[in-house]
Amino acid sequence: MLRIRMIEEKVAQLYSERELRCPVHLSIGQEAVAVGVCAALLPDDIVLSNHRSHAHYLAKGCNLKAMMAEMYGKATGCCGGKGGSMHLVDLSAGLFAAVPIVGSTIPIAVGAALGSVMRGESKVTVAFFGEAATEGGAFHESLNFAALKNLPVVFICENNFYSVYSPLSVRQPEGRELLMLTQGHGIESHQGPGNDVMEVYRLASHAVKKAREGRGPSFLEFRTYRWLEHCGPNYDNHLGYRSECEFQEWKGRCPVATFREDLANLNLLDNQELESMVAQIKAETEEAVEFAKNSPLPEPHLLYEHIYAS
Amino acid sequence: MTREIKAFEAIREAIDLCMTKDLRVYIMGLGVPDPKGIFGTTVGLQEKYGGLRVSDMPVSENAMTGVAIGSALVGMRPIMTHQRIDFALLAMEQVVNQAANWHYMFGGQMRIPLVIRMIVGRGWGQGPQHSQTLQAWFAHVPGLKVVMPTTPHDFKGLLISSIEDDNPVIFIEHRWLHNLPGHVPEEIYRVPLGQAKIAREGTDLTIAATSYMTLEACTAADRLAEEGVRAEVIDVRTLKPLDKPLLLASVSKTGRLIAVDTGWKTLGFAGEVLACVAEEGWELLKCAPRRLALPDCPTPTSHALAKFYYPRAVDIAAVARSMLGLPARLDQEADLDSTLLDVPDKSFTGPF
Repeated sequence: MLRIRMIEEKVAQLYSERELRCPVHLSIGQEAVAVGVCAALLPDDIVLSNHRSHAHYLAKGCNLKAMMAEMYGKATGCCGGKGGSMHLVDLSAGLFAAVPIVGSTIPIAVGAALGSVMRGESKVTVAFFGEAATEGGAFHESLNFAALKNLPVVFICENNFYSVYSPLSVRQPEGRELLMLTQGHGIESHQGPGNDVMEVYRLASHAVKKAREGRGPSFLEFRTYRWLEHCGPNYDNHLGYRSECEFQEWKGRCPVATFREDLANLNLLDNQELESMVAQIKAETEEAVEFAKNSPLPEPHLLYEHIYAS
Repeated sequence: MTREIKAFEAIREAIDLCMTKDLRVYIMGLGVPDPKGIFGTTVGLQEKYGGLRVSDMPVSENAMTGVAIGSALVGMRPIMTHQRIDFALLAMEQVVNQAANWHYMFGGQMRIPLVIRMIVGRGWGQGPQHSQTLQAWFAHVPGLKVVMPTTPHDFKGLLISSIEDDNPVIFIEHRWLHNLPGHVPEEIYRVPLGQAKIAREGTDLTIAATSYMTLEACTAADRLAEEGVRAEVIDVRTLKPLDKPLLLASVSKTGRLIAVDTGWKTLGFAGEVLACVAEEGWELLKCAPRRLALPDCPTPTSHALAKFYYPRAVDIAAVARSMLGLPARLDQEADLDSTLLDVPDKSFTGPF
């Protein structure tokens, strides 16, 4: 989580240099869901994500240099500069795709689970999405089919209460829990504190085990909070769509800080170890940034490459 | 061995042969295993291959297209079937944003070997939501391939090639072609994508046609032949990628071009054919190229109106004569009873 936090903070800092030229939807504040879920997965398990994918990407063990270079639009990026931050991929680590159309990867995750079953594999597929995706038809169609076919898929909803500037209250009926919808589809559903990485891990492990043992899909809702603006490197609470007070309350429940405290209280992490971790992450991040900055841009002829697979 | 079978049987054969040869191929769609078997094209397949590889699906075209894409990512080769193109519109987000883009935007790392069969309806009062023909939309999108066979031979060969292709292929079947008989080899064979075919050889003008309009174009060519006009009919077969070399070679021979397509006129595929030839073969043309397509109007249901909606062989022949400076003629079939035009042939009783 600390690694994700530091990398995202670095991306935010670099943004003003205007060399990293693509929309970025940073995960700061939401690290625990990504880390807790991915810790419950095997390397071969499959993850599909959305526009806010950096935490999922890093937590699944995907290549940092490739991510950084991709955001810089370089030929060495994970998509060769064709995708940017909103379309990350690292097949070797099991992140099949992140795409920004809300809800689009949910049925694709269900399909990967179906395909795995057809091929007799024991892989589990995870779909990460925000609460706004539950308002789309594709979400419900996906749950229906996953339940119908008893598929090894885990649906992870990061409820951060806002879709850009639109609060939950203008999008979903008040007092109507998401679990009511998903249980209505016949899917085992649980809710957990999204900033408590150990709780996330516990609930995710249960769901992943269930899927791997062929006992079907699960839905998990984790409440969390995005610290920065929807898209970009800045804080934007001054715009007034949410209160500073609400933000500070969630900041007080920072997933990284609270877990660090817990570890320290259990004598599992001392200052020296922490400093060493910070130094290591800083070095790794800086190396990735250097790699990205020094990598070549894609050659013009690559514009027409890969339109079709041959 | 070659024998005469109908197009729907040829389609079924293609699917059957591919599913035997490659265990990764599977087919799903509303009504795929039902007694009618998608107009005969999937009859018996579930009994042969089982319910995992031949399946019905919930009425969730959008998500199920995503499911097909997801299964392709882990190595399966899905065939999706929609009984009408109109129903496939619910899946446009997955087809255009996802399937078409993925190979490109993920830097060539992933392939989506997905075939989506869509059927174009016509006649019997089906109207605006059961007879749209939207190949122009799909052909406009980079990353998709679009195929519209005419003959039973080509239905089988092109479907096999489409299933073996590693790209998303939109395979459009005109309902009025399903019962067309033709000579089809028993064994597996391929008709390559991206290759048009000369259906009638000629020297006086080129008629480039798609799908059912190829039949109308051939009828027009036969009629014109009686008047000493030799029209060359090109069956386009693959709309994307378009076989421009064959098209231009024909126009260099004839100097005149009519494009006929099953879709609407404005921004339709016939216009694309004209634009390609005008752009790359301007000096070949002896007169302005022409197109015949549906008027820019939703499909009417009453047969009394549908009569004036669909261009026919008589209309193609009339345009050809005007391009050649020949006097207009009153064709016998210009004033056929509208109920006869509402069905593919007199013997047809459905289902539509």
